Amino acid sequence: MSAPPNPTGVTGRRVAALAEGWRVYRADRGGLFGLAVLLLVVGLALLAPVLTRSEGLDVTRVRGEPLRPPSATNWLGTDESGRSVLLLTWWGARMSLLVGLSAAALSMVIGTVVGLLAAHFGGWVATLLLRVTDFFLVLPALVLAIALSTVLSRGVFTIVLAIGVTSWPQTARLVRAQTLTVETRPYIERARALGGGHRHLLGKHVLPAVLPLVFATTTLTVASAIIAESTLSFLGLGDPSMISWGSMLKSAMDTGAVTAGAWWYLLPPGLGIAIVVLSFTLCGRALETVLNPRLRGTRR
Amino acid sequence: MTDTRDELETRGPASGPPPLLRFVAAKVGGGVVSLFLVAVLGFFLFRVLPGDPARTMTRSTPVSAEQLAALRHRFGLDQPLYLQFRDFLLNLLHGDLGTSYIYNRPVAELIVERIGPTVLLVGTATVLAVLVGLWMGTRAAWRQGGAVDRWFTSVGLTLWSVPTFWLGLLLLMAFGVGVGPLPGLFPVAGMSSPDVPPGVVARVLDVAHHLVLPCLTLVAVIYAQFMMVMRTSLLEEMGAEYLTTARAKGLREDLVRRRHAVPNALLPTVTLIFLHLGLVVAGAITVETVFSWPGLGLLTYEALRVPDLPLLQGTFIVLAGSVIVMNVLAELIYRLLDPRVRDS
Repeated sequence: MSAPPNPTGVTGRRVAALAEGWRVYRADRGGLFGLAVLLLVVGLALLAPVLTRSEGLDVTRVRGEPLRPPSATNWLGTDESGRSVLLLTWWGARMSLLVGLSAAALSMVIGTVVGLLAAHFGGWVATLLLRVTDFFLVLPALVLAIALSTVLSRGVFTIVLAIGVTSWPQTARLVRAQTLTVETRPYIERARALGGGHRHLLGKHVLPAVLPLVFATTTLTVASAIIAESTLSFLGLGDPSMISWGSMLKSAMDTGAVTAGAWWYLLPPGLGIAIVVLSFTLCGRALETVLNPRLRGTRR
Repeated sequence: MTDTRDELETRGPASGPPPLLRFVAAKVGGGVVSLFLVAVLGFFLFRVLPGDPARTMTRSTPVSAEQLAALRHRFGLDQPLYLQFRDFLLNLLHGDLGTSYIYNRPVAELIVERIGPTVLLVGTATVLAVLVGLWMGTRAAWRQGGAVDRWFTSVGLTLWSVPTFWLGLLLLMAFGVGVGPLPGLFPVAGMSSPDVPPGVVARVLDVAHHLVLPCLTLVAVIYAQFMMVMRTSLLEEMGAEYLTTARAKGLREDLVRRRHAVPNALLPTVTLIFLHLGLVVAGAITVETVFSWPGLGLLTYEALRVPDLPLLQGTFIVLAGSVIVMNVLAELIYRLLDPRVRDS
């Protein structure tokens, strides 16, 4: 009846668990650093249309000299068409984050569904799903993603799809293992004895117990999805009309910025990728520590 | 010498008829099924999914209806899909991967030409990365939380967060092209120079000179994987009682590490090394693109720009197939290495 402080209610217990989790997370310096960086980067990316003007991205409307080193007007120099590298990097963050997050979300959904079904229903369903999971686990994901984005029409959606459908097997294995342990607990048996159907068991009892782990893994998946996005864009498989960190690096290579020694064009997008990926990795590792007490001593 | 835990597990329930033979048969059988699935996937991806492969391949060049029809006939696309699939499988069994659209040559021939450079690059890089990674992982875990551990872990994690091709571009700019007063120390592209003096030694040195930057890029990005796996694996062994026993016998610390802890920690690491081979292959594609290394990765890049579907199909099947074969080998080797199952 009463609000949060009531420790016996479901909400109260969840709030208490969250507070305890945050306490453990806070002790992880890397995790805190990653979280702070991510909040900053996501905030800046969201505010890009407010803080900057998108005309600077239009090749026909910029007046800067091509491939100039950093100066007072262009703090990070200019690209091959005279656009500000700072502006490009800022707007590129939007695309890289959007694709990374969406692809990881898609991978999370596929992985969770496959993992839950494989663990909950034994027999031939499990055998088949596990066989498929193992097959895709071994298959080099990037090679498959390259194949998919080559044959499908170019676009953001294709990139998200290509990364999403190739990066789910690890999640599926983890979810399956976790579901198997959860399902041996007495409250599941009790729910089953009370006549709960598959949908009730999975939706009300198993899924909530598995979700925290799924989020921790997905944080790590975002990191690899951002790298995959930049790689696909670098190979020329991205949407040619969109600016992302990977497509910036592709134009840097194609227009000879590397041989011209234009370090100001090469460093910002790559550093952007590295910092964001590292932050997601650090957050994911910190979340894993919260969920798995066994790891607490081993990671610092 | 054998630790107690291992002995206990050896005495577990005895399984049925020759377990090793059954194990090998199951693993090899599973591998064959996976290879077949790769072939099916290859057919689906490059023949079924594009709808009209002839149109996909010519999307950047204007073609007439007759040219399209001729192209469809040349690649057998005017036949019903099930016939195409049958022919594709039969040809594959004979090592025929079709004809490349850009090179107008058999795909299998092109792949055989390019496989050597890739094996050289990926092989050298993997061996170096495994050696560096295992050594660093062992050092880091042995003094967990110490300065070495923190330093190794942060450098490894940072390098791992860097896109392979970007690191390649940076190295290319710094050491290939040269920055400021620094001249380029290494070649920027290819695998050999045209003006090499005759003689085997000179040629080997020339290839090695070209190999340095691409190999360094690949090692820098992948060694962290091996280091983290080895570190975690060794940390799990650290609390084991057999280490206390070994120390109680009066063994020196580095002997305890070398003879007892590391061999046990190596077991899970070996399989993971092979599992990560897919990542190495993926890295090879971008590294070969950056350094114009004439291997399978560069061939894939050339093919996807057109896109040359038969050629892409060929490289896809070969790359995916070799990773699967390597994984089957890994599971067999693991079985041979693990003393708990080797003797049974």
